Amino acid sequence: MADETKTIGDLNNDVNRRQFFLTLGLGSLGIATAGTAAFAYQYLDPNVLYEPSPVVNEGKPDRYPLGSVTIDVNSGIYIIHSDEGYFSLSAVCTHLGCMTAWKPELNLIACPCHGSKFEQNGKKIEGPAPKPLPWKRIWLNDDGDLLVDRSTDVPALARDSFVRV
Amino acid sequence: MAKTIDQHFDDLRGTRVWRSIFRSGTGSSTLKRALAIQQNVFLHLFSTKVRSRMLSFSATWYLGTLTLGTFLILVATGIPLMFYYHPSVPQAYADTKDLQFVVSSGLFLRNLHRWSAHAMVFLVFAHMFKVFYRGAYRAPREFNWVIGVILLLMTLLLSYTGYLLPWDQLAYWAITVGSNIASAVPVIGEKIHFLLLGGNAVNANALLRFYVLHCMILPLAAMFFVAIHFWRIRKDGGLYSHDSEPATVRAKAKTSVATNAVTAKEAQ
Repeated sequence: MADETKTIGDLNNDVNRRQFFLTLGLGSLGIATAGTAAFAYQYLDPNVLYEPSPVVNEGKPDRYPLGSVTIDVNSGIYIIHSDEGYFSLSAVCTHLGCMTAWKPELNLIACPCHGSKFEQNGKKIEGPAPKPLPWKRIWLNDDGDLLVDRSTDVPALARDSFVRV
Repeated sequence: MAKTIDQHFDDLRGTRVWRSIFRSGTGSSTLKRALAIQQNVFLHLFSTKVRSRMLSFSATWYLGTLTLGTFLILVATGIPLMFYYHPSVPQAYADTKDLQFVVSSGLFLRNLHRWSAHAMVFLVFAHMFKVFYRGAYRAPREFNWVIGVILLLMTLLLSYTGYLLPWDQLAYWAITVGSNIASAVPVIGEKIHFLLLGGNAVNANALLRFYVLHCMILPLAAMFFVAIHFWRIRKDGGLYSHDSEPATVRAKAKTSVATNAVTAKEAQ
């Protein structure tokens, strides 16, 4: 009797009933764990965000006199009217996300948190900031308002990165 | 003759109701006292017997116990604060000000919570320094040191998540900076930042997530690790005492054997 059982076990690649159920149980537990992890990740990753639109209306260009640097604190961007035209710069420091400020007396952009300094065109002068302030896409809409897309970076000082009126 | 208070207490400890709750019963024999510790769900984490010199102030400066004390104060003051605090953008700052200026004893509870939090961070570091300089982190207590490091991280995370809740400028920028540090993790940094804040910026979702972390997830996790931390003290042979360490005992035994051998030789 015992020999018979052994023979059957050998034919089935040495998997007896106990091993089979153990593998089955651990396997389903593993699948359930992986499923729960995936479920938890998807749940915690928001599908809809009620955040402000990345595109902001900055009004008519004549609000910004030639040579001015204007910060929109709520949107975190600068509108700068230079000789080449209007351009927009992120006001969020590339170091750790503090809001920078324009210092007219020093003619530079400075971060209050850790002392990074940038030129008016975003180029890094000094400080812990690893990168220059990125330029943002700026254009005129049909009503003649300046629009800025904060989610789109454009190359610094490139021809298309300016708006000329 | 009138009974003393102690005798009344002994009578109480002999009653059927008391015995149904505390199995160890009356008497102050070593066995009964050991049972009182061993049969209590909270106290059984600790050793049933402790050398009295280990309970002296100089041995530990009570830094671990004081840390537990601040943690208990934080739980006891944090729960009442939750009754008046709404973790939402329009209300969080106003509720904090209400607690400060309008709610009876709100100022006291909030300040107690705040100062205990500061004290806890200080005491955790002091405790770690004391353990380190006494060498109490060494075998067989290495794992409890690891649990202690986890508890240090828990303490710092609790401080960090609680920092956002007043929703003032200080909180907002501190969390903006702090969460941007998480973005520096290679490859998954941006994702961690996004999941931590529940969005791209410190906003309503971030406030709610930090609230849940601060009031539920981190305190429960901390309690879990505190339980292991205390239990390990017993499992690793009680509080550290240099004279009672196995290595010291072995070294002493060797020395005394050698001394005896020399004495025996001289006697010959």
